[in-house]
Amino acid sequence: MLPYIGRRLLATIPVMAVVAVVVFSLLRLTAGDPAAIIAGDNATSADVEAIRAHLGLDRPLVEQFVIWLGRILRGDFGESFFFKKQVSQLILDRVEPTLALATTTLLLTIAVSIPLGVLAAWKRGTWIDRAVMSFSVLGFSVPVFVIGYALIYLFAIELAWLPVQGYQRLADGVGGFLARLVLPSVTLAVVFVALIARITRASVLEVLNADHVRTARAKGLGELPVLLRHVLRNAAVPIVTVIGIGVAVLIGGVVVTESVYGIPGLGRLTVDAVQARDYPTVQAVILLFSVAYVLINLLVDLSYTVLDPRIRY
Amino acid sequence: MTFRRLVAVTAALAALAGVAPVRAETTLRVVLHSDLKIIDPIWTTAYIVRNHGYMVYDTLFAMDAKGEIKPQMVDKYEISKDQLTYTLTLRDGLVWHDGKPVTAEDCVASIKRWAAKDSMGQKLMTFVKDIQIVNPRTFKIVVNEPTGLVLGALGKPSSNVPFMMPKRVAETDPNTQISDTTGSGPFVFKKDEWKPGDKAVYVKFDKYKPRAEAPSGLAGGKIVKVDRVEWKWIPDHQTAMNALIAGEVDYLEAPPHDLLPVAKADPNVKLVDVNPLGNQFTFRFNTLHKPFDNAKVRQAVLYAFNQEDFLKAVVGDAAYYKVCKAFFPCGSPMSSTKGMEGLLESNFEKSKALLKEAGYDGTAIVLMHSTDLAVLANLAPVAKSLLEKGGFKVDMVSMDWQTLVARRAKKDPPTAGGWHAFLTSWVAADILNPVMMGFMNASCDKAMFGWPCDKEIESLRDQFARETNPAKQKAIAEAVQVRETHYPTHVPLGQWYLPSPVRKSVDGIIQAPVPVFWNVTKQ
Repeated sequence: MLPYIGRRLLATIPVMAVVAVVVFSLLRLTAGDPAAIIAGDNATSADVEAIRAHLGLDRPLVEQFVIWLGRILRGDFGESFFFKKQVSQLILDRVEPTLALATTTLLLTIAVSIPLGVLAAWKRGTWIDRAVMSFSVLGFSVPVFVIGYALIYLFAIELAWLPVQGYQRLADGVGGFLARLVLPSVTLAVVFVALIARITRASVLEVLNADHVRTARAKGLGELPVLLRHVLRNAAVPIVTVIGIGVAVLIGGVVVTESVYGIPGLGRLTVDAVQARDYPTVQAVILLFSVAYVLINLLVDLSYTVLDPRIRY
Repeated sequence: MTFRRLVAVTAALAALAGVAPVRAETTLRVVLHSDLKIIDPIWTTAYIVRNHGYMVYDTLFAMDAKGEIKPQMVDKYEISKDQLTYTLTLRDGLVWHDGKPVTAEDCVASIKRWAAKDSMGQKLMTFVKDIQIVNPRTFKIVVNEPTGLVLGALGKPSSNVPFMMPKRVAETDPNTQISDTTGSGPFVFKKDEWKPGDKAVYVKFDKYKPRAEAPSGLAGGKIVKVDRVEWKWIPDHQTAMNALIAGEVDYLEAPPHDLLPVAKADPNVKLVDVNPLGNQFTFRFNTLHKPFDNAKVRQAVLYAFNQEDFLKAVVGDAAYYKVCKAFFPCGSPMSSTKGMEGLLESNFEKSKALLKEAGYDGTAIVLMHSTDLAVLANLAPVAKSLLEKGGFKVDMVSMDWQTLVARRAKKDPPTAGGWHAFLTSWVAADILNPVMMGFMNASCDKAMFGWPCDKEIESLRDQFARETNPAKQKAIAEAVQVRETHYPTHVPLGQWYLPSPVRKSVDGIIQAPVPVFWNVTKQ
């Protein structure tokens, strides 16, 4: 197992190198000039040129790339063009809201979608199955921002139970922290509950008719132990795979949700940085997301060995 | 001592010590038009940084509600009989946020840094022979010929505003962003609480010494009536409006016009006209390339356009716009309709005739269309339609605003990544006279993007800068406008207004071209 993990981690290096080159090149090829944006609307061409020189953007592209790569290898993501802060500090400031949102969404998704999927499979063809599948289609079809605005209108404006927007750090109080995460987490979770409930239903349906399940029932085991011990565990591999993909997709969903709910997380940082052509920040965030994707994939692969003892690396 | 006696003695001691009941801290939460990413109002001309400047810094002079320049940090000023020496004396008791006194040396260093960046400051410096420090509170500005520019430039309301900074900060290279936010303004910036992308926090500066006069525009007494102001950044307009209705924020600076009915309908929200002069839509020419290198072709645009179509397409509600056939904002001192007769009335026949006369060869106009800013997105399609009716061929190129900002700086031919024209909007306070109005700078390579080149306009702008008599200044401004109709550098497309939705618990908002938060109370 350990050599496998080592090999997989080593394999991330060329992946990251390719990501670095592509991100750097794409940003430079994209129209827009951070110096002009910084200078503001009333600035003259001379002002823009002075800022461009100050930021080192007047140097040849290859030189800029080598300087950036050298810094990255030393663990230095550089300074944001706009915020006059180290990019690593900017990211650290924004990690907590995004991690909190992603974690609560994931927990909520798993807690709701897997029982719903199992229930739909177990009660296949009944109104329960149809209700779960209808919700699933609806959840998957409605855009995240529509769900977000509808929930805000109902729970924050009409009922005034929860805040409209914002984020409170965990260190500043658990109550405020959770209150501000409920609506964004539910908004994001709707899509993933829909997706994972469908996959769970399909996987469980396949296993429900397997020989070992019939044997378990014949032995006189109750339905709950049969479903949990014999069905769900054997159906888990595709479900875990989709959850893994879901975490990756979640990062994309976080961008919209963070904007709708005014949460200052990594998603918003990415959008702001792209709009402002803040190259060092965009490059660092994309590299970070790439590392996260690679690690999530590795964790999903490793989880297969726990769920299915036949799988060995 | 019995318990009862102990309580009595404690109560008496508390009364003697003048213990007041604990007062809850008042926090005003506002959502402005942008996130605060940069904190140097001299390094950038971005409006959000200018607004930050007004919180933290003070100015020597300021523009009042009538558009007149009044002393602000300055206690008294004298202009010598020959009008060549301005002696400025600072008010007594002005201190920086670190407690040190504000000195003439600080102000001179601040003026020099500002003048190195600001176009009006640069113009002023062409007149300045010397700046001399007389004593810690007094300095002299000596000019080489009489000019009306000294007070106007030092009291300039919008970017770049000559904010006063401590000497150690003002000595920073103008092209390097400052990191020390010490000012002498009515609020102290809480740098430790600043979270770009989330909020910027300001607290009341207890040692600030306001002027005795009532507040008026950006001038007068800046009395802070809340303990803390938080600039919340909520990028989504609908969420910001929801937050206002739910009482999570108190003030929205710039919601889109289509959300105003939502604010109007809420019983706890009122609409406040913060900036009565409003804003002006503008069509900018690139005079470097055919066909707009020909003034007659540009004149044809003045005939093809009408303002109402642009204003309706963007603002919609006639309560929030005004047709204003003038280069200087209607309601401002230099505004006039002289020379504008027959223009901006969509006279397509006249436009076509001018194009024929100019020998227009059908070159397609590369019109840059900004799609991501709601307030600009509908302008280019209207311009395209009117230009085509006026005999032009138009190639409208859609892009986000930041791409447009980068492309407009390029002098390349329009077919090779350059451009012919784009549309934008100006805050009226930025375009009050020919020297302030950046698009009227016709100094060729030194002019703003579009690079118009006209000796007559430049000569008139110089005359305006030299003139000290307001009536004569107005006459010169009218002459510039008339010249603009023959050598158009841009086209004014009407004035528009945007009231700010505010919670009814908030009062005392000052009408000014910049949102400021002194004098504001919150119940």
